[in-house]
Amino acid sequence: MEFRPSVTPGLMPGHHTGQLGTFLTGSESFSDFVGVTAPHLMPGAGIGSAGATGPHPANAAESLGVPHGTTIVALTFAGGVVIAGDRRATSGNVIAQRDIEKVFVTDNHSAVGIAGSAGIALEMVRLFSVDLENYEKLEGVPLTLDGKANRLAGMVRQNLGAAMQGFVVVPLFAGYDTAISDPAQAGRIVTYDPTGGRYDENLGFHAVGSGSVFAKSSLKKLYDPAADLDGAVRTALEALYDAADDDTATGGPDTVRRIYPVVVGITADGAVRRSDDDVAAVVEQVVAGRTERPGGPRR
Amino acid sequence: MTMPFYSSVDQLLRDRSELARKGIARGRSVVVLTYAGGVLFVAENRSTALHKVSEIYDKIGFAAVGRYNEFENLRTGGIRMADFRGFTYDRRDVTGRMLANAYAQALGTAFVEQQKPFEVELCVAEVGAESGGDQLYRITYDGSITDEPRFVVMGGQTDPISTKLQETYEHGLELGAAIEVALGGLQVPGADPAASANGANAAARVLSAEALEVAVLDRTRERRTFRRLEGAALTELLPAANRGTEPEPDVAGGDDTPAAGGALGEGGSS
Repeated sequence: MEFRPSVTPGLMPGHHTGQLGTFLTGSESFSDFVGVTAPHLMPGAGIGSAGATGPHPANAAESLGVPHGTTIVALTFAGGVVIAGDRRATSGNVIAQRDIEKVFVTDNHSAVGIAGSAGIALEMVRLFSVDLENYEKLEGVPLTLDGKANRLAGMVRQNLGAAMQGFVVVPLFAGYDTAISDPAQAGRIVTYDPTGGRYDENLGFHAVGSGSVFAKSSLKKLYDPAADLDGAVRTALEALYDAADDDTATGGPDTVRRIYPVVVGITADGAVRRSDDDVAAVVEQVVAGRTERPGGPRR
Repeated sequence: MTMPFYSSVDQLLRDRSELARKGIARGRSVVVLTYAGGVLFVAENRSTALHKVSEIYDKIGFAAVGRYNEFENLRTGGIRMADFRGFTYDRRDVTGRMLANAYAQALGTAFVEQQKPFEVELCVAEVGAESGGDQLYRITYDGSITDEPRFVVMGGQTDPISTKLQETYEHGLELGAAIEVALGGLQVPGADPAASANGANAAARVLSAEALEVAVLDRTRERRTFRRLEGAALTELLPAANRGTEPEPDVAGGDDTPAAGGALGEGGSS
């Protein structure tokens, strides 16, 4: 006799009925569960099949003109890590959106910034956040920082097929490792390549996206591992200003419309997005400094 | 083909009911009640790892009594279902009513179709935007579902606890007072599962922070409203009499008992 067959009919792909019984078994991770039971909800689903028939698969992204996110910066400081991103999305030479948000708090002690194909990247972050929360609720404890970083690597890897057709997603992961007692060492930055390769940035700062070359040069000069949170926020905004200064796809602070970069600070107390008023105050200092010295401050 | 011998449906269901009821009555009790700031869960539970109370979603909490492996499975399914819904549609589209219905369906189906019913009783609680909007759903082993406006008592000896709460519970209690009311119920003479069957004459117990699992759905919190109250934060909220720290000796965490009461072997001592 089959014991209790109708409550757990087994998760056959395509036979997901939406009843509770079909949720009782299945993969450990939420994103794997979604991938098996509802593959159409995965980030970038459908691109593989749609693009394969096209004449120039590698240019699929370009011909569709989907928006691209641009510059994200992250740097560690004495109390943790700061991650910030500009607010522009571009499609070719057109500004697709002026106030897009590309930095997200993904759980209590982590945040992700995204560059690249915006639509897929936003879905990826949404799925990643649910995945972290799902694990935390099931197990009663959050994933370790390395666990989170690897989870995100898996998602980027799954997007490789889409990346080959131009829909590249480049996340930048920042987190506070609660297992490390020294706050100066606990802030961590992880970067990825489109194949899902995961790289820990041990130098304390990194940037991704079209303006990243200029942002990184700026960070290299200004980065101070002993800075406090306010100092790190200032450095991040200086770096974004430098990126916007030289990269057309990166948006500078828009004081007319009051659109400022998104800044998230992660300390032992958790990941907190800085309020717009906070950021505006620092942006005013940055802009005032640049009127004196267009090249930016010296450390 | 062998002929299955006949037994009436009525008798079958009654036997299953009895099995489930006995299993549920063996454990320790859980009290869920609404207070001014949201929903309060208080469970008698010595284990810090085997939870009876859990977060399901932003505004939804879960409490269960009975067999741990069975309600843990249901809890996992509920969390996955809620997350899946929230991911498919929007976070606001996940409701306690939907989840309570899903549990009722699963338990009801199992009760009718399976040899052995679930030996569990569940409470799905949802905190509303205002104090009138809180919902407590009680789902029993046979899939019956009720919507309780005030409080839910499940597991162990519920009658003396319910009677006590009927007297002491009132709407709009502050957190500390609400915990005191819940404890008053759990500590009532006759509610102790370890006491003998006619323990109504036994002395009232005093439960310390170590013997309690307490959590709230806190209306004032931004997104995820579920919060556990543990350690010093919990002790501070307990009535003065319960703040003693002497741990009870030899009480195992969790309160699973063997299936069917650990049917006696020949000359066995269990």
